[in-house]
Amino acid sequence: MSGRVVFRSVWLPWLLVAPQLAITAVFFLWPAGEAILQSTQLPDPFGLSTQYVGWENFDYLFGDRYYRASFLTTAIFSLSVTALSMGVSLLLAVLADGVIRGSGVYRTLLIWPYAVAPAISGVMWLFIFQPSIGLFPYWLKAIGYNWNHVLNSGEAMSLVVIASAWKQVSYNFLFFLAGLQAIPRSLIEAAAIDGASPWHRFRTIILPLLSPTTFFLLVINVVYAFFETFGVIHTITAGGPGQSTMIMVYKVYADGFIGQDLGSSAAQSVILMLIVGVLTIVQFRFIERRVHY
Amino acid sequence: MRFRTSLTVAAIATALSAPVTTTAQAAEIEFWHAMGNRLNELLDEQVEQFNNFQDEHTVVATNKGNYSETLNAGIAAFRAGEQPTILQVFEVGTATMMNATGAIKPVYELMEETGADFDPSIYLEAVAGYYTTTDGEMLSLPYNSSTPVLYINNDALAEAGIDADTPTTWSDVDAILTALQESGHECPLTTAWQSWVHLENFSAYHNVPFATEANGFGSVSTELVFNGEAQIRHIDTMGQWAADGKFIYSGRRNEGGSRFHSGECALFTESSAGYAGAKANAEFDFSIAPLPYYDDIEGAPQNTIIGGASLWVMQGKSDEEYAAAAAFLNFLSTENIQAAWHQNTGYLPITMAAADLTRREGFYDANPGTDIAISQMTGSAPTENSKGLRLGNFDQIRGIIDEELEAVWAGDKTAEEALGSATERGNELLRRFERTAGN
Repeated sequence: MSGRVVFRSVWLPWLLVAPQLAITAVFFLWPAGEAILQSTQLPDPFGLSTQYVGWENFDYLFGDRYYRASFLTTAIFSLSVTALSMGVSLLLAVLADGVIRGSGVYRTLLIWPYAVAPAISGVMWLFIFQPSIGLFPYWLKAIGYNWNHVLNSGEAMSLVVIASAWKQVSYNFLFFLAGLQAIPRSLIEAAAIDGASPWHRFRTIILPLLSPTTFFLLVINVVYAFFETFGVIHTITAGGPGQSTMIMVYKVYADGFIGQDLGSSAAQSVILMLIVGVLTIVQFRFIERRVHY
Repeated sequence: MRFRTSLTVAAIATALSAPVTTTAQAAEIEFWHAMGNRLNELLDEQVEQFNNFQDEHTVVATNKGNYSETLNAGIAAFRAGEQPTILQVFEVGTATMMNATGAIKPVYELMEETGADFDPSIYLEAVAGYYTTTDGEMLSLPYNSSTPVLYINNDALAEAGIDADTPTTWSDVDAILTALQESGHECPLTTAWQSWVHLENFSAYHNVPFATEANGFGSVSTELVFNGEAQIRHIDTMGQWAADGKFIYSGRRNEGGSRFHSGECALFTESSAGYAGAKANAEFDFSIAPLPYYDDIEGAPQNTIIGGASLWVMQGKSDEEYAAAAAFLNFLSTENIQAAWHQNTGYLPITMAAADLTRREGFYDANPGTDIAISQMTGSAPTENSKGLRLGNFDQIRGIIDEELEAVWAGDKTAEEALGSATERGNELLRRFERTAGN
């Protein structure tokens, strides 16, 4: 490439990236290394003694059919959260993009939920859907439906998906809206003059031009659904009923911080880290090819 | 040591007379606990009284969240060398604590080393036994202990036209539930803490083992055996009630409380410590009955066991700090402090003297039903099956039991399948615990 800038000095580029490298080392490499080390150990809660057990924590996990089932639960949960939050936010962004008067108010209000902590959003949704005092079950009862997410696993899953997706809608909305506004008007107008219907314009012009944003959000949302949703699960269902909402990251928390089983918890973190790593590689390798920058 | 004037000076003086001889420096000790709301206020009052009554020691109490969070905070702090002197740990964490011999200072040892006055025989055996070794050595001081009882909304029964005696057996309960349902009642029965009430206490009350090795008191090689005939029968009955709409499941903790308080549910099995909440919130006439049992099971009713928490003293503190801890624990055991705590909260008194004082003051006559918990616990001498439970990873095992019971209430599993699976899964956790125990 002709326009390439080359540093004359050897150490300057290293110095410039050093802060980022330091952050990565302290907040990722070090804890990840600790996790890998701990995943081969069986410590007691107080850290008074530690036994090296090799692969045993992993054997124990994969021998547990409830742990194997949590892979499927996690997949259903993550896909649902990602699809719901991205779908809704894209719809809202398209609508907000078309608003002419008072658009600032709409946009501000739609961004608000992002400032709410997951645990608080969990409590709020729990309050709305609480089987005996919640508003929503009360309405459902009026039309003859008995809502009880405490025992009904499908309802429990829907509730945690809605609560988790709701929070992320704001974030996605922000990016979708920015993406939409970056699309040149002239392209859309030209298509309109050529007689393309609004849906046709959306599908063949807007959506492809929005694909970098969509791809970016896909990665972000999958990571969010995998890692940041345990507050919601903790406050609403604690993994129940049965283990129907026991997603992997919540199990890491429950086994490690409630059960004090740090060896198993560390092994689960390592597995989770591998899964997210693989997913991100897959996304970049296969999905990014279809993204038009 | 200088005392300020107070009504309880005499009691305190007895408790604190022993360590006076030591030339201890003034020590300030940390006390981490999990008491929230009203209980937190009452605890703060106790601490304030202690700090005012003597000038030598100061206790600083800090709330660290719920029970699991408090235990976690204590463990994390110990790992960092920043542990509090006294840590409140719920009964479920007992095995975890007592097996961490390098992290705790057993109460009997603390009392010996500090030369404090300590007579283990003043404590109620049914309460202190939970935290005492089979050799009679007290490891932690019981703080807040309760036992499950049955709460009955009398107005709801009257409305349904039920004129029954107080139920004593589960078949009496069945008759009431059926009558309630026939009159159109939508929530005849709900429960709090399902594993604690309907499996752990159920087993003790019917004198059947919950786990081998004397429910884990004997050794860490204990195995769960709560899938016996009696337990299956009860869970099966409750599963049938759930299918019929007579038992409504509210959640794993005490979510059922608000449903009982609001009048939505008529019968409610919950801790005796739920009394304060029920009294404050229920706008109807309610009464407390002993936990029902099956009268055709031999040995029932035995005695029920406790839930709640005890105070553990941590390792790695100075002599002065231990002297302060010993003084504080003795202070908490005095009759007036205990009687007030018992009457204000519905928790059991930890000494016989406090129970007697409460009776003399006429509290039980003025508040019928509040003595049921004590009589239910102390009715018969505890057996191997009814002394308590001492299981490692017990918090997780309870989680497993919750999951399996939910499958029964939802109609996905039979009682036998669910309890079989729960013991099997729980036993794996016990084996993991066994390997890390005793350090």
